[in-house]
Amino acid sequence: MKHTLSQKILIRHTEERGLQSGDIVETAVDRVMIHDFFTPFCFGKFNEMGFSRVWDPDKIVLVYDHLVPTSFISDSRHHKIGDEFARAHGITHVHRADGVCHQLMPEHGYVKSGDIVLGTDSHTVTYGALGALATGIGYTEMAAVLGTGKIWLKAAPTIRLEIDGELPRGVYAKDVILCVMQRLGADGSSYKVLEFGGSCVRDMSQDQRFTLSNMSVEAGAKAGLIEPDEKTLDYLRERCDGANIDGLKSDEGAAYDRVVEINARDLKPLAACPYNVDNVKPVEDLEGVQIDQVFLGSCTNGRLEDLKVAAEIIGGKKIHPDVRFIVVPASRSIYMQAVRLGYIQALAEAGAIINHPSCGLCAGRSNGILTNGERIVSTNNRNFLGRMGDDRVEIYLASPATAAAAALAGKITSPLTYL
Amino acid sequence: MKGRAIVLPENIDTDIIIPTQYMTLPTVRRMCSYAFSPLRPELAATVRRGDILVAGKNFGCGSSREQAPEIIRELGFACVIAESFARIFYRNALTNGLLVLEVPGIAAGVKEGDIITVDMEYNKILTPDGGRYGFAAIPDRLAAMLEAGGLVNYYKKLNRAAS
Repeated sequence: MKHTLSQKILIRHTEERGLQSGDIVETAVDRVMIHDFFTPFCFGKFNEMGFSRVWDPDKIVLVYDHLVPTSFISDSRHHKIGDEFARAHGITHVHRADGVCHQLMPEHGYVKSGDIVLGTDSHTVTYGALGALATGIGYTEMAAVLGTGKIWLKAAPTIRLEIDGELPRGVYAKDVILCVMQRLGADGSSYKVLEFGGSCVRDMSQDQRFTLSNMSVEAGAKAGLIEPDEKTLDYLRERCDGANIDGLKSDEGAAYDRVVEINARDLKPLAACPYNVDNVKPVEDLEGVQIDQVFLGSCTNGRLEDLKVAAEIIGGKKIHPDVRFIVVPASRSIYMQAVRLGYIQALAEAGAIINHPSCGLCAGRSNGILTNGERIVSTNNRNFLGRMGDDRVEIYLASPATAAAAALAGKITSPLTYL
Repeated sequence: MKGRAIVLPENIDTDIIIPTQYMTLPTVRRMCSYAFSPLRPELAATVRRGDILVAGKNFGCGSSREQAPEIIRELGFACVIAESFARIFYRNALTNGLLVLEVPGIAAGVKEGDIITVDMEYNKILTPDGGRYGFAAIPDRLAAMLEAGGLVNYYKKLNRAAS
């Protein structure tokens, strides 16, 4: 029987060799992540359920990122409750100010190819870029997983995205995933797994692959998998022991729900317009839209390559005087590398506000929230009503290059203007 | 089950159900008054116990915040009927004992204020103008969890029995 990559990972964990799409199986879990937004709720439910100890403290990671640094007095309660739970249960993987959870989980070697990983945040799908079956769950289900180490999952059908060809100048992984949103729609992969393949994906760096997998949930996907390869192995070997990618690919002839082909050569810089991720238009059609702010950061596009692209566009110039340009590296390690490589200096000299690694503006409650009538070009993943402050702030989602170009021009413009 | 319909459009995301800035309020009860505020600020104050939320496709898309279904239950809605649900929301709803029904065609067939009937025995929704809409039965495993009153109660019993 032929299986897709996500089914193979489930089979490895459950020994259900005859697994088919739609089957519900109980599976062991390799690693879980809980972030600060939900510590009071998750640990409260854990206690309410009557568990006295966690299944394996080494497999649990706590990340404080949505509320770092705290903005309101009540925020610190979330960290205090997290710390108390970690102490009580011997959990040592606690990141209090190291960056965004979805950057830290891969970066610190908590995720390997073929793992099943759960997180209390929907963008847990990011780790699919390492070939892990990773998905977001609610805090009550997480409380049960903390007690048992297990969860039930449905073997979902897979949509294969065959992305071939070289990306044109000015076009990046973010534009590819925005094209996918446009093609599939905001519910186009609901209850399904997305699998990214083709020569364009194979040519992408690990940083770019994370951008693809990260946004798969915006099409409703349960996971966004990329077949691991030598690049994945190189990434993992620096970070953890026991990385192995043998057999981690879909069988030749495995049944897909559908196959969507995208020719990378035809792609242009794109932006998702207010107020849905699938409201995607070419940047050239938005030329001249005035903006008030630019955000470069988040688990989608706050990585070293993203900072590099922006620094190259902006270096030696000044950002537009009417624009606030906010930069948040996705982790402390990225921040330090960007300092050493001069990216931070280039951005700061151009007039950027550099904030400490965290979710920042993408969490919508601090560090640059906006008011109605204002527009922002942002590299994050969601542009919903009320996502970044007032309920009618207009958010345009775009690549770091398009964001950097907007910061210079004070309006939406093609990154090709500056490349 | 019978109830008054409150109708919302498609792609209702969890940021609409409860905007991020209210997520550090200490209880779900306190969050309730801000429910749906970006879209329908008056809604939370007008919901009556037993009302039924009817929506288009992809209800509950976006973040994994479980306060979304908890708030809907806390506001007094008897169930949510939508063309389709986002998967994390669907799981979270059942986890919290909130009945969610995927009913194709329902969005066009119900107006705000309609009194609609949910027939769980025959898996049908009946509307005042005589419309009948079928839905698939809920899988046994999930029905059992709903029956137990959600996942917390399920484990409470289990852990109490074990100790």
